[in-house]
Amino acid sequence: MDDEEILMPALSPTMEEGGIAKWFIKPGDMVKAGDIIAEIETDKAIIEFEATSDCKIKELLVEEGTTEVKVNTPIASLQTETTQTLVSATENKASRTNVTDETKKNITIDPKNSVITHQKEPLITVREAIRDAIAEEMRRDETVFLMGEEVAEYQGAYKVSQGLLEEFGGNRVIDTPITEHGFTGLAAGAAFAGLKPIVEFMTFNFSMQAMDQIINTCAKTLYMSGGQMNCPIVLRGPNGAASQVAAQHSQDFAPWFASVPGLKVVQPFTASDAKGLLKTAIRDPNPVIFLENEILYNDSSASSHLGSDLIPFGQACTIKEGSDVTLISYGIGVKHALDATVLAEKEGISIELIDLRCLRPLDYNTVFSSIKKTNRCVTIEECFPVCSIGNHLSASIMENVFDYLDAPVINCTGKDVPMPYAKNLEIAALPTIEEIQIAIKKVTNRI
Amino acid sequence: MGKSSSKPPLLEFYKKMLLIRRFEEKAGQLYGMGKIGGFCHLYIGQESVVVGITATRIPGDQTITSYRDHGHMLACGMDPNGVMSELTGKKTGYSKGKGGSMHMFSKAENFFGGHGIVAAQVPIGAGLAFANKYRGNKNVSFTYFGDGAANQGQIYETFNMASLWKLPVVFVIENNQYAMGTSIERASSTPNLYSRGEAFDIPGELVDGMDVLQVYESAERASDHCRKGKGPYILEMSTYRYKGHSMSDPAKYRTREEVQKIKETKDPIENLQRVLVKNGDSEDSLTKIDHHIKTVIAEAAQFAIDSDQPELSELYEDIYVITDQ
Repeated sequence: MDDEEILMPALSPTMEEGGIAKWFIKPGDMVKAGDIIAEIETDKAIIEFEATSDCKIKELLVEEGTTEVKVNTPIASLQTETTQTLVSATENKASRTNVTDETKKNITIDPKNSVITHQKEPLITVREAIRDAIAEEMRRDETVFLMGEEVAEYQGAYKVSQGLLEEFGGNRVIDTPITEHGFTGLAAGAAFAGLKPIVEFMTFNFSMQAMDQIINTCAKTLYMSGGQMNCPIVLRGPNGAASQVAAQHSQDFAPWFASVPGLKVVQPFTASDAKGLLKTAIRDPNPVIFLENEILYNDSSASSHLGSDLIPFGQACTIKEGSDVTLISYGIGVKHALDATVLAEKEGISIELIDLRCLRPLDYNTVFSSIKKTNRCVTIEECFPVCSIGNHLSASIMENVFDYLDAPVINCTGKDVPMPYAKNLEIAALPTIEEIQIAIKKVTNRI
Repeated sequence: MGKSSSKPPLLEFYKKMLLIRRFEEKAGQLYGMGKIGGFCHLYIGQESVVVGITATRIPGDQTITSYRDHGHMLACGMDPNGVMSELTGKKTGYSKGKGGSMHMFSKAENFFGGHGIVAAQVPIGAGLAFANKYRGNKNVSFTYFGDGAANQGQIYETFNMASLWKLPVVFVIENNQYAMGTSIERASSTPNLYSRGEAFDIPGELVDGMDVLQVYESAERASDHCRKGKGPYILEMSTYRYKGHSMSDPAKYRTREEVQKIKETKDPIENLQRVLVKNGDSEDSLTKIDHHIKTVIAEAAQFAIDSDQPELSELYEDIYVITDQ
């Protein structure tokens, strides 16, 4: 007889840990393939976990109710008469360079800006922050409603809208058919009639189906009507690469939307910014594209204490002041930038890190002031390299503060390829820490 | 306006239809003079549709349509001076000269455009109806589209949601027989557009759109259905446009004889005129009405021509509603 183990499974592309909500088995039980052996709680949902082959349970290694069990941790041991494992080992998900926790310890965050630390309050995740922002604004204004695929009864495909149906009812938290073009147009009409829709795209990849309504209707009608008809709509959802969901589900559309007059475009990094900026977005009388990131929903690097209630658009956040190089980023790019900052400072390079937070309107003043101080700049983002936000910033910096530059600006972006599926290729397709390090060394003439 | 039990105001219908026709004739003339640029889609021949439907609006009801929108605006009560000024790109236009023929709106008259993308107005119209239902009022959204738009996917996305959520929207399909240059037979696998809602459990009727009285009565049935909370309704209006798709269309896809025959036998204004005379209105009084309308339109044209172009600073206005931030 071989002793085998059951491991904490990865039940979604981005799951890194889970909890045992309930055991359905006890030591000594004979289990058949297909039997439900436990309920696993992830940050998205509670999922029934089935045995994949017949076996006998030897011991439960993790108690019921335990949370934050890392994927691939043994949760039960068993005796089996075959050498088949009950649950095949899942791929180790921790393959990205992960120094962000260290980063948080090393970087003093500027309290003047949004990442304010109120140490008495607990850290909240980006997911909770977004839900709280929606709930608070729905309590405040009954014309605000949420619609999208699986936002109500399913509690959100990414669990963002958890509890909202229960609190606000089906008239204000509305499950739609899978029909992005149609429901985006419908929401725009509701906005013209004075309501304030929040439309969730399950991911922004699916917003492509609705692009005509977003650009031709939401963004342009105020102008075309000579200022009569505004469109107070928030279009939100995860944007950018998740984890191994490949080309059609991994793309950062930030520069596309940011190029359109009439739209406002926000892509926050921290939970505090997500909340403050989403509340501002919901109150804004204009159409706002609010770009979230699936990886950041529960990522500790983005979790934060709550700061300002409302954060105005068009104000970048200088996360860290420094004197040698300005790093400019937004969204999940800030996570990479924070990691690169730690490594650079170990080598004695002083980094000033700017989180743009808002891409339209863009805070040029903060960018230019920083360049005047550091004279060097690297931009970091996950979108395609052609027509990236970094490209635009490089041009703007050249036009406005050329004489202050001591080196060409370098844009670190995703690669000029559709997102591949294989893990190693996916990592290579996104900006890597190594690439950012090289860029920092280049602009400081170290290589 | 009254219920179908009350006597339909035929003379009012006549005045509105004539106002639209004379307006469109003048617009065509100004286009030829180079006073109107870009695309300009005339509504001549279809006047009975929008006049009959709009007569059933109650305060708060909304109207939304495509780019063939001049008639809808006038039917909703918008000022001919403002519409003509917009066509000529002047600051006195409804959109301050920034929208043009295809993009005009009036919040005051509950006219929600004026949309340049074929079928894009249809989900928006359902959204207006959604707002009515959300607020719990009895208002109806009259959402117009053409036979060409009827083949767009978003129409069926909208039908599904409108029926699923029982939205108070009357879908008015203005079937003028040609989607630009393509006849309905050449573009639609099933030409009965009124039955396109069957799969979504939306009732539909085929209506002689050239007969304003039939249009009016069908609109009463459709809007009553919506106001009672029974969900959407489809009215297919069989109609005909006399002019090309837009001003630059030579209309070689149909014969002169075909157009002539419709004009002679089905013209909505002439047919109504005959009814009015039969009912006791004198031809003389109807001629006087026409003269008055011609004067109104001539003044609108002059007003548009005399108005100033928008200031250059207008270029950067109305991109955003200005907020405190």
